[in-house]
Amino acid sequence: MALFSDMSPITRRRLARFKANRRGFWSLWIFLVLFVLSLFAEFLANDEPIFVWYDGKPHVPVLVSYPETEFGGFFPTEANYKDPAVQELIEADGWMIWPPIRYDYATPDVMLGQAAPSAPDARHWLGTDDQGRDVMARMIYGFRISVLFGLILTIVSSVIGVLAGAVQGYFGGWLDLIAQRFLEVWSGLPQLFILIILSSIIAPSFWTLLVILLLFSWTALVGVVRAEFLRARNFDYVRAAKALGMGDGKIMVKHVLPNAMVATLTFAPFILSGAIVSLTALDFLGLGLPPGSPSLGDLLRQGKENLQAPWLGITGFMVMAVMLSLLVFVGEAVRDAFDPRKRVA
Amino acid sequence: MTHMTTDIRRDAAATTATATGRAAEPPVLLRTTDLVKHYDSRRGLWGRITGRPGSLVRAVNGVSLDIRRGETLGIIGESGCGKSTLGRAILRLHEPTSGSVVFDGAEITELGRDPMMKMRRRMQIIFQDPYASLNPRKTVEDILIMPLKLHGLAKGKAARDAAAAMIENVGLKTAHLDRFPHQFSGGQRQRIGVARALILNPEFVVCDEPVSALDVSIQAQIIQLLAELKRELGLTYMFISHDIAVIGYVADRTAVMYLGEVVETGRTRDILAEPRHPYTQALLSAAPRLDEPGKAARIKLTGDLPSPLNPPPGCKFHTRCPHAMDVCRKVAPAPVADAQGHMAACHLIDGASGKAEAPA
Repeated sequence: MALFSDMSPITRRRLARFKANRRGFWSLWIFLVLFVLSLFAEFLANDEPIFVWYDGKPHVPVLVSYPETEFGGFFPTEANYKDPAVQELIEADGWMIWPPIRYDYATPDVMLGQAAPSAPDARHWLGTDDQGRDVMARMIYGFRISVLFGLILTIVSSVIGVLAGAVQGYFGGWLDLIAQRFLEVWSGLPQLFILIILSSIIAPSFWTLLVILLLFSWTALVGVVRAEFLRARNFDYVRAAKALGMGDGKIMVKHVLPNAMVATLTFAPFILSGAIVSLTALDFLGLGLPPGSPSLGDLLRQGKENLQAPWLGITGFMVMAVMLSLLVFVGEAVRDAFDPRKRVA
Repeated sequence: MTHMTTDIRRDAAATTATATGRAAEPPVLLRTTDLVKHYDSRRGLWGRITGRPGSLVRAVNGVSLDIRRGETLGIIGESGCGKSTLGRAILRLHEPTSGSVVFDGAEITELGRDPMMKMRRRMQIIFQDPYASLNPRKTVEDILIMPLKLHGLAKGKAARDAAAAMIENVGLKTAHLDRFPHQFSGGQRQRIGVARALILNPEFVVCDEPVSALDVSIQAQIIQLLAELKRELGLTYMFISHDIAVIGYVADRTAVMYLGEVVETGRTRDILAEPRHPYTQALLSAAPRLDEPGKAARIKLTGDLPSPLNPPPGCKFHTRCPHAMDVCRKVAPAPVADAQGHMAACHLIDGASGKAEAPA
C-alpha cells in the first residue's frame, strides 16, 4: 500500500476508475495469467520430459540437451524421449516427469494410428492437425507467439509514433505540414497488398515480418500525439519552462509527453489487438511466419482446408475470439480510467 | 566572475546616465527600440507556397520603451492590443520579428543559446492564469526546484531548502511543498507562480496580468505581495494589465497601447490626471469611479478594435476617435514629449507645449 500512497492523486483516481470497470479489470487478469502461462509453454507442452531422474542424478531435458548415451543408449545424438526404447532405459533406473501435453508444436505424432487430422481423444485433447501435430500444443505456442509479436509491434510502433507526433506537434510549421502530407499519402497506400507483395519477395522470419508490419502500424498514434503536443505547447506552464531556460527536448519529455501518454495508453490495447489480427491475417494467407511455426492464422487456414475436421477451425476461432475480446475489454477499462468525466461510485 | 562584469556594466550605465544629465533617475535596465512582432496568418499550403502577402497580424508594431531599474512600468490597453505579446517578445518567448531589446547593456535579441540561458536567470515572467501556468502533474516542490536544477544553482537538500524559503517568502507554508497545484485556491496558485518566477533571483519580472484572473479581494493580496517582494529584492516590474485601478496603484510610469503601438507614456499620475491621447481619455472615462461620480462625461467609443491584420492608415485610432481630422486618416502622428517625459502621439497635441489643443 506504500506504493499506492506514493502515487499522484490523478494516478490513484485512474486506478480506481480502472478497477471500477469489473469486466475490464478481470479481463486484464485473465489475459495476464494466460500470457504468463504461455511464456512457460515448454513446461506445458513438450516432447521432452520436464525432469528425469536417472542413475541417481537429476536431468532437465527441457533446458539441457542430453545424448542418448547418457541414459545407456547407443547413439551419441540427442535422446528421443518419445522412443519406447529410450523410455524403457530411463524407467529401468529412474523416473521422468512429463508435461501435461507430451507433444511439441512441431513434432508429428508418428504413432498416431489413424489419418491426420485426427479428432480429439484422450491422447490429443484437441485432436491433431493435417500433419499429425497436437493442436493443443500448437494453440499454446501460437497464442504466445501472437501476443509476443503483438506486444513488440505495439511498443515499437508506439515509440516511433509518439516521437513523430511529438516532433510534428511541438515544432509545427513546415515540418508538420510536410510530415502530415506524407502521412496522408502513406496511410492511403493499400497496406495489405503491399504487405503481401513484400512478404512474398523476402520470405519473412519473425523479425522481418515485424519490420514489414511496422511500416504501416507506426502511424496509428501520430495523429493523437501530434494534436496533444499542438495543444500543450501553448500552455502557460510550457511557456514558463521556456522562460526559465528549459530546452525543447526537456520540455517535451517533462511537461508535454505525460499528457500525450494518456492517448498512447488508451490506444495501446487496441493497437495490440490490431497487430495480432494483422499477423493472423498474413499467416492465414500463408505469407506470415515461416512454415511450421505455430500460428493461429495457420490453424485457421487448416480449418478452412479441412472442413471435415471442425476442431481445427473451432479451436483457432475460439482462441482468437477470447484473446481479442479480453484485449478490447481491457481497452475499454483503460479508456474509462483516463476519462476525467467518469466518476467512481 | 559573472557578478563582477555585471557590476561593471551597471556602473557604466550609471555613469552614462549622469553624463546625460539624468543623475537623479536610476539607469535604464531595459530598453526596447522599434520592437515588432508580426504573426504570419497565411492559411493552408497554397497560401504558404505562393506567399500571398497582406495577411500579417501586426501584434506589436514598433514599440520603443524604457524601463528604469527599480521602477514599475505599467502597460495598459484593451484586449488584443498586443500587451502580452510585447511582454513575451521582450523575454523572447515569442521571437521578435525586428527591433531591439537591450537589457542592462546587452542586446538580447541577438544572444545565442548559452548567453540567453544565463540571461533568463535575470528576467522572468508571471502569467495571468494560475490554473494553466502550473503543470498539474508536478508537486509545488518539483515546480520550484526545477529552475534551480536547470541552471545548476542548487540540487538535493540545498534546492529543497531554497524552495522552502521561497514558498514562505510568498506567504505559503513549507507543508504545501508536497501538494499538487489542484489542491490550492487561485490566489495560492498565483503565489506559487510568483515563487517560481522569483526563485532564480531575477532582476526584471514581466507580470502578465497577474491578478486579472483572481477575485478582487485576492487581487489586493497578490498586488501587496508583489509590492513587498519588489521592495525586499529590488525588482523591476513590467506590469501588464487592463485594469486602470490596478495600474494606478502599482505603476510608477505607464504606457498606453492601442493596436500594437504605444500611444502615450508618462508618469502614471500624470497620465491619470491629465490624459493627452484621445484613446487614453476614452479609456479612463470608461473606468467606473466611486469618488467623483459624474465628474467627467463618459467618452463612448463606437465600433470595435480594427483588425490587426489590416490596420487603418494614418493614426491607427482615427476610426474610433471622436476628434478625428483629415490629417489623421493620412499621416501617422509623431510622438511629442514634454519636459516630464509625458509623451503622446496625436495630431491634436501642440509640439511646443506638449499639451493637447482644445478640440474644434
